[in-house]
Amino acid sequence: MPEIREQVDVCVVGAGHAGCEAALACARLGLETVIFTVSVDSIALMPCNPNIGGSSKGHLVREIDALGGEMGKNIDKTFIQSKMLNISKGPAVHSLRAQADKSEYSREMRKVLENQDHLTVKQAEVCELLAEDLNEDEKCTAKKKIVGIKTFTGAVYECKSVILCTGTYLKARCLCGEAITYTGPNGLQPANHLTDSLKDLGIEIRRFKTGTPARMDRRSIDFSKMEEQFGDEKVVPFSFSTNPDDVQIDQVSCYLTYTNEKTHEIIKNNLDRSPIYAGVIEGTGPRYCPSIEDKVVKFADKERHQVFIEPEGLHTNEMYVGGMSSSLPEDVQLAMYRTVPGLEHCKIVRNAYAIEYDCIDPMQLYPSLEFKEIKGLFSGGQFNGSSGYEEAAAQGLIAGINAAQSIFGKEPLILDRSEAYIGVLIDDLVTKENFEPYRMMTSRAEYRLLLRQDNADLRLRKKGYEVGLITKGQYDYVCNKEKMIDEETNRIKNTMVGASKEIQQFLEKMGSASLKTAASLAELICRPELNYELVSEIDEKRKPLPYDVIEQVNINIKYEGYIERQMRQVKQYKKMETRKIPEDIDYGDIDSLRLEARQKLIKFKPVSVGQASRISGVSPADISVLLVYLEHFKERKALLDIDSKKN
Amino acid sequence: MKTETIAAIATAMSDSGIGIIRISGEDAVSIIDKIYCSKNKKKKLSQVKSHTIHYGFIYDGEELIDEVMVAVMKGPHSYTTEDTVEINCHGGILLMNRILGVVLKNGARIAEPGEFTKRAFLNGRIDLSKAEAVMDVIQSKNEFALKSSMNQLNGSIYKKIKELREEIIFEIAFIESALDDPEHISTEGYHEKLTVKIEDLTKRIFKLILSSENGKILKEGINTVIVGKPNVGKSSLLNLLAGEEKAIVTDIAGTTRDALEETIKLHGISLNIIDTAGIRSTEDAVEKIGVEKAKKYAKSADLIVYVVDSSVDLDESDEDIMEMIKEKNTIILLNKTDLDPVITEDDLCKKLDDLQKESSINIDSGIGLKNRKYKIIKTSTKENIGIDDFEDMVKEMFFHHELKFNDEVFITNMRHKEALQDAYDSLLLVKRSLEDRMPEDFYSIDLMNAYTSLGIIIGEEVKDDLVNEIFSKFCMGK
Repeated sequence: MPEIREQVDVCVVGAGHAGCEAALACARLGLETVIFTVSVDSIALMPCNPNIGGSSKGHLVREIDALGGEMGKNIDKTFIQSKMLNISKGPAVHSLRAQADKSEYSREMRKVLENQDHLTVKQAEVCELLAEDLNEDEKCTAKKKIVGIKTFTGAVYECKSVILCTGTYLKARCLCGEAITYTGPNGLQPANHLTDSLKDLGIEIRRFKTGTPARMDRRSIDFSKMEEQFGDEKVVPFSFSTNPDDVQIDQVSCYLTYTNEKTHEIIKNNLDRSPIYAGVIEGTGPRYCPSIEDKVVKFADKERHQVFIEPEGLHTNEMYVGGMSSSLPEDVQLAMYRTVPGLEHCKIVRNAYAIEYDCIDPMQLYPSLEFKEIKGLFSGGQFNGSSGYEEAAAQGLIAGINAAQSIFGKEPLILDRSEAYIGVLIDDLVTKENFEPYRMMTSRAEYRLLLRQDNADLRLRKKGYEVGLITKGQYDYVCNKEKMIDEETNRIKNTMVGASKEIQQFLEKMGSASLKTAASLAELICRPELNYELVSEIDEKRKPLPYDVIEQVNINIKYEGYIERQMRQVKQYKKMETRKIPEDIDYGDIDSLRLEARQKLIKFKPVSVGQASRISGVSPADISVLLVYLEHFKERKALLDIDSKKN
Repeated sequence: MKTETIAAIATAMSDSGIGIIRISGEDAVSIIDKIYCSKNKKKKLSQVKSHTIHYGFIYDGEELIDEVMVAVMKGPHSYTTEDTVEINCHGGILLMNRILGVVLKNGARIAEPGEFTKRAFLNGRIDLSKAEAVMDVIQSKNEFALKSSMNQLNGSIYKKIKELREEIIFEIAFIESALDDPEHISTEGYHEKLTVKIEDLTKRIFKLILSSENGKILKEGINTVIVGKPNVGKSSLLNLLAGEEKAIVTDIAGTTRDALEETIKLHGISLNIIDTAGIRSTEDAVEKIGVEKAKKYAKSADLIVYVVDSSVDLDESDEDIMEMIKEKNTIILLNKTDLDPVITEDDLCKKLDDLQKESSINIDSGIGLKNRKYKIIKTSTKENIGIDDFEDMVKEMFFHHELKFNDEVFITNMRHKEALQDAYDSLLLVKRSLEDRMPEDFYSIDLMNAYTSLGIIIGEEVKDDLVNEIFSKFCMGK
C-alpha cells in the first residue's frame, strides 16, 4: 500500500499550550519539527477559563518567557484586562493575571506557529508510536527508543524524538448530566487510538477528570446586580520583551455575583442526577477547582459562593461563569444559574460539562520529561496529569528543550526547586504521587521568597541563553541589569546618614522613629513605613535608574533577612540535589534499606539523593544508608575500572 | 563544604563513673571555647595542640556545671576526621544531659542515631568493607530511636503536640489559600487574629519546654514490673514503695485487674513500677485480659519483681511465671514471712534450677536468672520487713550495671526538647514579623517550620499535609 513516509527531527502530538511551546522550542533550535493536531482551528485553544496567569501561574508564565517561550508574548498581544494579584502581600506572591480574548489568543499563536521556520503544522490524528528495541550496548534504564509516529491515515513520520501533548483528548468523554458524548473539549474530535499504542509500549495509563462552567449570552445578563471589577490602571506586561507602553490599552470589566441558598437547594435536590454523585464518572477530579455540586456538598455551611462573570473576548457575547463548573443536566443547570442575582434571565450558549480523559502517571518520567523506559519519548501538559494552561505550557517548553538537547547530545535542562516554579512543578509531578490533576500553588514552592515573578529574568535568562532560545542581546541586558542592582544595593548599604536635623525632620514627616546614632540607608529602608523610593529625599548621590532595577534593590534590602535565610536553606537543599545517583544502581543490593524504601526507589528511579528524599516512604535513615552505599559504590566502581584497565 | 556540628553523649547513660560528651564538626572547638574555662581562666582550647587533654570547668553562662577533662582532637586525625572534642565529665544522667544541653545551646545540634559512624565512614575513616555494617547500624539505631521515641512519649504530651500541630496547619492553610485564591479568600483583620493565636501557641509550647526540662515529657526510669500469683501482696508492695494507697488491697484474689503504674525514686534511681494483675488461669474475661497484659509488660520490663507467697505451695501458675521471667533481671520476694512458711528459699531455688535444666537455652550467658544466682529476699509487706533489703538490692544492681536505663530515653528527651525549642523559636519569628507588619507570605514559612519541628517529636513527616488541609478546609477555585 502506498503511504506517505517523511523524515523529520521531532514530532509533537497536540497543539494545545504544551504542544505549541514544545514545537516552537524545537523549531527555534533548528530542528525540523511537525506539530500534529486533530483540528488546526483549535491551536492554543482555551477551552476553560478565559485568562492566563493568576497566583503562582503568573510566575510560570514569567519563567516560560525568561527561558524563551511564547505564552507571555502571546497574552501580551491578546489580553483585554490585566491585574496584579496580591499586591497587598509580599513581593513573592504578587502575581499577574490577564483576561484573554480567547479567539485572538488562539489566532495569534497559530500565526506564530505558521510563520516559524522549520515548523510544519499538520492536521492529523496520531494513532501509533513507532519504537525499536535498543541495542545491547545502548541499553541503560530505557529498553526502547522512539523512531517515529503513524497517523490515522497511515502516513509515517520517522523522527528522533516524539513529544506527547495530548491534553484532554485521549479517549475523551464529556458529561452533562445524563447526556454523555464521546468528544474532546468543546465538542472537538477526540483521539481514540493512541492510548492502545501507548499501552503496547508498556506505558501505564490512568484516567482523570476536570470540568468547565457554562457560557452565557452577555445580552441576557443584568450587570447592574453585580459588582464591576476593573483591570489595573497601570498594566504590567507578562513578557520581559514586551514594551510596557504597548500594553496600556482600554480594558474590559469582569463582574462579581454570588450564589445563594436557593441555588444550593436546587443542586442538593438534583444530586442524584449528577454523574459524579451517581457514580458515572470514573476519573479523579481536582480538589482545587471543585464543581459547584462539590462546593455545596463539601462546604455545606457556606451560605454563598462567589461567581465571576468574565468576557470570553471582544468580538463575542459569550461570558464565562467562573466558580460554577458543573456536570448536572441541562435543565438543572439553567434552573440553578437563574437563581444567581443578575442571571435571572440568562441564556446559556454552551452548557457546563465534565470531561474525562486518559493520561499518565508522571512518575514514569525523568525530570527532563523523557520517559524512563523509552528513549526519545517526551511528554508535557495535561497528559502528564497536570491541569491549567500555564502548567501545560511550562512542561511543553521543558519537554521541547530537552528533546532538542537530547538530539544534540547535550545534558538536559533540569530546573530544581530552588531555581523556578517550573522546577517545583516538574519535580512534584515526577517525584510525588499525585492522585488528581496537579495545579501549581505558591505553597508548593518552599523557596518562594527567591522565586518571584519580578526576578524570573535574573533567575532564568542565562539558562535560556545557554539553550539557545534567548538572544545575546536579551542576555546582555539581564547581565547589565544584575550589575546595576548589585552596585546600587551596595551603595545603599554603605551610605550612612547621621542623626542630623534634616534627617530627623524627614523621619518625623514619614512617621518613622528618629535616629539615635548614624545609620545606613539600608537600615532605614528596612523599616516597615519606608522604602527605597521614599528615602530618595535624603539620598543625595542617587542617580536615576530603570524601574526594574529599583524594584530589585528595594526588595533585596527590605527583605534581606528573610531572603538570606532562604538562601541558607537552598544551600542545604542543593547539597543533596547535587548528589547524583548512578543509573545502574541496584537497590536490591542494599540490604539495610527498609523494604518499602527499596520498592519505592526501584519504582521511581530518582536521579539524585535529593529527589530520593522527597519520595514518600523513604525515611531520613534510608537516605543516610543510601549515602553510605553510594560512597561504597563509587569506590568499588573505581576499583573495577582500574581492574578493567589492567586487563 | 560546611557541615553542621553534632554532639551526643558517647558513654552509657548511667549514674556512675565518668561520662563522655562528644562534639564533632567545624565548630566543635569554637563551641568548647565558649563553655570551657581553665583553672587560671586563661587557656583557650582553640589554641592548644591537637590530641591533648585539659583540666578545667564547664560553665553555662555564669553558672559552673562541672569539673572536667577535655580532649581536643583536630581533624583529620579523629574518629570522624572532623575537629572533635570530648568532654570527660562526672557521670550521672542529669549532669551529662545538662552539659550536652549547654553544648547544643552554643551551636551544635544533637547527632542523629549512628551519625558519628556515618560521618566517619563518609569521610573515609572507616574501611569500605565495613560499609554494610555501617548501614545496618544507621538503620537499626534509627528504628530503635523512632520506636522508643513513640513508646516513651507521654500520652497527654502526644495529644498536646498533635493539637498544636493541627492548629498551626490550619493557620498556614488559611494563609496559603488566601494567597492562592485572593479573590475568594480575604485576609482582612487576620493579622490581629493571628497575633493572639501566636501568643497562645508560644505559651503552650513554652510550657512543654519547661516540662521537658523536668523530664516529664517522657516516661523515664527503669521499667519495673511486679508479677506474681493473685493475692501474694503485689499491690501492697507497690503501696509500700509509693508511700501511698495507690492500689486497692483486699484479701480477695484477683482484685487488681488492670495494670497500675507509679514512678518512684529509690536512692536517686527512678523506677517506673507497674503493678499487674495476678497470674493464674482464670475464666473471668476481665481478669484474663489483665493477665495477658501482665505478661506483655513483663516481656518489655527492665526489672521484674516476682512476689511469692511463702505460706502457700508453689503450683503451675508459679511455673508459668518462672518460665516468663527466665531471661529477665529478676528479684524474687518471698513474701508474707509474717505467716507460717510453707516454702523456703531452697525450695524456690530448686524449682528454678529444674526449670533451667529443662530449658534448652544456654544458661551460662547473660544476667538475671541465668546466672544461677537468684536474688531472693524475704519480706513481709504487711509488717514492712525486708523492703530496705529490696531497695539496697536494686541500688546494687544498678551500680553494678546489671540494671540499665534505656539510654535512648534521654537522647530522645534531648531531641524532643531541641525540636520544641525550634518550634518555639520559629513562632517567635512569626511574632516579630507580625510586629513588623510583614506580609503573610513571610511568616507562613516560619509557621511551617514550627509545624515541621513539632512533627519530629511525634514522628510525623510533613509531605502533603498542607495541600490536603487547604483543600479540605477552604473552598477555592473556579
